[in-house]
Amino acid sequence: MSEVLVVVDHADGEVKKPTYELLTIARRLGEPAAVFFGSPDKADAVAEKVKRYGAAKVYVVDDAQIKGFLVAPKAEALQQLAEQAQPSAVLLPSSYENKEVAGRLAIKLGSGVITDAVDVEPGEGGPVTTQSVFAGNYTVRAKVTQGTPIITVKPNSAAPEEAEGAGTVEAFSATISDAARGAQVVASQPRQSTGRPELTEAAIVVSGGRGTGGDFAPVEGFADSLGAAVGASRAAVDSGWMPHAYQVGQTGKTVSPQLYVANGISGAIQHRAGMQTSKTIVAVNKDPEAPIFELVDFGVVGDLHAVLPAATEKVNERKG
Amino acid sequence: MNIVVCVKYVPDSTADRRFEDDLTVDRVGVDGLLSELDEYAVEQALQFREKRDGEDITVTVLTVGPEKAVDAARKALQMGADKAVHVVDEAIAGSDYVATSLVLAKAVEKIRETEGSVDLVVCGMASTDGVGSVVPAMLSERLGLPQVTLASVVESQGDQVRIKRDNEGSTEVVGATLPIVLSVTDQSGEARYPSFKGIMAAKKKPLETYSLADLGVDAGQVGLSVAWTQVEDAAARPPRTAGEIVTDEDGSGADALVGFLASKKFI
Repeated sequence: MSEVLVVVDHADGEVKKPTYELLTIARRLGEPAAVFFGSPDKADAVAEKVKRYGAAKVYVVDDAQIKGFLVAPKAEALQQLAEQAQPSAVLLPSSYENKEVAGRLAIKLGSGVITDAVDVEPGEGGPVTTQSVFAGNYTVRAKVTQGTPIITVKPNSAAPEEAEGAGTVEAFSATISDAARGAQVVASQPRQSTGRPELTEAAIVVSGGRGTGGDFAPVEGFADSLGAAVGASRAAVDSGWMPHAYQVGQTGKTVSPQLYVANGISGAIQHRAGMQTSKTIVAVNKDPEAPIFELVDFGVVGDLHAVLPAATEKVNERKG
Repeated sequence: MNIVVCVKYVPDSTADRRFEDDLTVDRVGVDGLLSELDEYAVEQALQFREKRDGEDITVTVLTVGPEKAVDAARKALQMGADKAVHVVDEAIAGSDYVATSLVLAKAVEKIRETEGSVDLVVCGMASTDGVGSVVPAMLSERLGLPQVTLASVVESQGDQVRIKRDNEGSTEVVGATLPIVLSVTDQSGEARYPSFKGIMAAKKKPLETYSLADLGVDAGQVGLSVAWTQVEDAAARPPRTAGEIVTDEDGSGADALVGFLASKKFI
């Protein structure tokens, strides 16, 4: 069975959930081989994690000469690995950076690339992807017809299923060209952890918009009672109330949680593009005419500053 | 110095966007415009020029698309770009990222030939129709220029460029030496509106039209039939069935909300 390369999503060796989702998907297509860009001393720990989700092999690419530069070296390393391993597909977790890696890789390998898949299934002549396009108004099925399919897959696209893999660690040494080191990372500041789930991975997202008036405390309180991630609309971010990392929408994060609670968000197309595929949608908004109510499974016409604190209290009571 | 800004003509995202029978995006039957996200690229190119008072800098806007795509180039000229290049050829229709980046790269090379140099290529962070965010990286790969992408802040001095980039878990400062391919986000600064003077002046600005043959691209390398990806089907998402809407009165909203969440086992 041919290998399917899965680029591991991790923070300093801490493997993130999308990796397990991608390994689960990779098993439908072939034999998963994880690709870990990181410090070799974390390799065994990573291998322990990913083999539980079926990784037969774990390629370790020392990122010492990669991480100081933007995107291009990673694409070079993947090209060299793909030429050696001859995989039947390359899967990457969909992030802005990985999409750029995928784009470069496609040109290097002479292969087609598909971004932001929400599902991947085996098909005749290669994997068939599902994408949600035009702000979630259309569902498109597509496939790569040339070369090695390179597919970036969104978080929450599959439920991770455990399956024992061999997890054989194999160091891969890539040769990085000078040309790939043209864009140098001169400073990097990690964002402070809020202790809440990652926005794109969370099962529940509670977000706020213009209607918060800049006071996100009710939104954050309700999010915490549900164990949810906090999001924000572009209006709230443009007003400087929340950092851009929290933005849900076309130019921010696209989320697809089990439950999305939109508070004080009108529901403009830019926002809908980022949350329309959520399984259950709830909204709280003072304006009964707000377009967000066209999307909801349940809506409350009311002031979020009154509704959310009361609801938070009730949820906390129930949890007892 | 020469700056090229790549812009795309896209179906208006507030209109009823749809697919053609061949499963390509309908770019003719739906009102189109300059992609909002490319306005930021035009803006940053113009600011780059304005901050370098006294230098001779030409901003050329480049678009690839059907006849009507010239509207996107015109808008950029109205905003203040100096020249426009429109690559139009029936064979391009249905091109995927790979082919699009090829045509753009060849067009940048053509501009480099005409103008003597290209020092900076500026793109938006994504188009508002495909939203792939991959073309700037592909263009960098094809042109062999450093990729300095997704900038929320752009600063430059001499031939050095520094940007701020928000990554998944961190904020980075990235530096590179011109020539580069730069892409900018919607956080990079509000794009200007064309002034009346700008609109009038745009009518006299040079607008070149190139075919694939002019760029030395074989028609067999682009378009739907040779795309390296193929859409099998496209289906409109079934409209969400109207949910239950309650009006909050003296705390009833919170009760109903928590009741709903509990019924769905979220609590």
